[in-house]
Amino acid sequence: MNNILDVRDLQVGYGGIQAVKGIDLCIAPGELVALIGSNGAGKTTTLKTLAGLLVPGSGQICFDGQNLHKVAAHQRVSMGIALVPEGRGVFARLSVAENLLMGAYSRCDQDEIAADLARMYVLFPRLIERKDQLAGTLSGGEQQMLAMARALMSRPRLLMLDEPSMGLAPLMVKKIFETIREVAAQGMSILLVEQNARLALQVAGRGYVMESGAVTLSGAACDLLGSDAVQRAYLGA
Amino acid sequence: MEIFLQQIINGLVQGSVYALVALGYTMVYGILGLINFAHGEVVMVGAMLALSALTALIGWDVSPLLALPLSLILAMAGCMALGYGIERVAYRPLRHAPRLAPLITAIGVSIVLQNLAMMIWGREYHAFPQLINNQPHHIGGAIINDIQIIIVIMAVMIMTGLMLVVHRTRLGRAMRAVAENQHAAQLMGVDINRVISITFMLGSALAAIAGLMVSANYGLAHYYMGFMLGLKAFTAAVLGGIGNLRGAMLGGLLLGLIESLGAGYIGDLTGGFLGSQYQDVFAFFVLIAVLVFRPSGLLGERLAERA
Repeated sequence: MNNILDVRDLQVGYGGIQAVKGIDLCIAPGELVALIGSNGAGKTTTLKTLAGLLVPGSGQICFDGQNLHKVAAHQRVSMGIALVPEGRGVFARLSVAENLLMGAYSRCDQDEIAADLARMYVLFPRLIERKDQLAGTLSGGEQQMLAMARALMSRPRLLMLDEPSMGLAPLMVKKIFETIREVAAQGMSILLVEQNARLALQVAGRGYVMESGAVTLSGAACDLLGSDAVQRAYLGA
Repeated sequence: MEIFLQQIINGLVQGSVYALVALGYTMVYGILGLINFAHGEVVMVGAMLALSALTALIGWDVSPLLALPLSLILAMAGCMALGYGIERVAYRPLRHAPRLAPLITAIGVSIVLQNLAMMIWGREYHAFPQLINNQPHHIGGAIINDIQIIIVIMAVMIMTGLMLVVHRTRLGRAMRAVAENQHAAQLMGVDINRVISITFMLGSALAAIAGLMVSANYGLAHYYMGFMLGLKAFTAAVLGGIGNLRGAMLGGLLLGLIESLGAGYIGDLTGGFLGSQYQDVFAFFVLIAVLVFRPSGLLGERLAERA
């Protein structure tokens, strides 16, 4: 019952469209949970709502036992929620180093920030080579690394990733997922949204399948990988 | 040659003022994609506040050397409060409205401020008290006086300071991040409303300084002075590339120079048919030319990026 994230009957609509129709979802500390489903199933809407960018119509979100109902997006960051948005959202006109410092915006422990910055450059050696370059000049894969590193700079307790593989070359996808595995191995709780269901279920411990705004299936990732329904719908088997 | 040098000096002085005001337009545009057409009136309020404070302080026998900075600080504080209020009341409720809506409220705020100023300070011109012995200096036949020197030096210092804030501090980083992507900035923990408020307050503080400079330079202040000055500074911001800080500074200085050289030579060029009272025409020729030939301005990027 000590879940880091507990979502009950979450409903989100915008522009008259009900994008999320009452989902339940939970993540235990240190767990890597995948949320899969086809385009328009409501995955991104769910993540945005958890991050506070969208206001839910009803339902409850508890983070570490605290109700997030009246907590603004920017306050959720200092509580320990980080979202790497779809399309990465790096600040193209800021340098790589500045992007990373933006990730630590909610913190004021200067020495620790510097130490984390150094740690990110170890985790993503590509970034140190480019640290004074404008982020907009990076390749898609490098931008994804930057976005992940930037999110980690806030020292989150829950890291949410929205389509980290989108638009990347296979080699880069492999690299990004290796990093996800690495971060998870260090005990980070992760909620991973992916269209590439096979990839996501291979790294995750548990998974949820979303279809037009509702969770239709959930369970251990290996069971989902083996299930006929998932195979047929998302794995092209 | 003397005329040329004199017009260059005048242009630099006037251009410094344009640059400070243009920065206010461009900072707000950069962060919200909105032209704050009430900004010119903030300059006027700054000038009027400074003038009132100055007159009162002098009346209480405060030394001019103390009265001047004091009234400047007062005007800056007043304008910062005003800038904060304008954003809070006229723009924030319309943050997600179609772009025309805040433009209309901007014009509304502008009219309200002008009329309030007219009620408070009256329709007449207010003379700027003669505080310092405004010593003229001769450089190669041209004249520059103390106030003009102070204006240029202060403008350079303030612009340098602003660039340092924007490019070297945590706040500046947050401002640039919000300007680029508000959602992503929120995901970094940035309170975007706070950053937007601060941006308006910074721009308004610059406007107050510019207001005091203009009235000190011309020795006059008037409830209507913000309108033309605002339009010119807006032109300067567009000339440099709106949304670009360096562009606003460059555009301000260039516009000041173009205007004053234009005014200085228009008589010769037209054989005396047109005189220097046509000075204002140049600014708007520049505006039209920029909009036709280079809408993104001298240092601006493509405008298409903003939705």
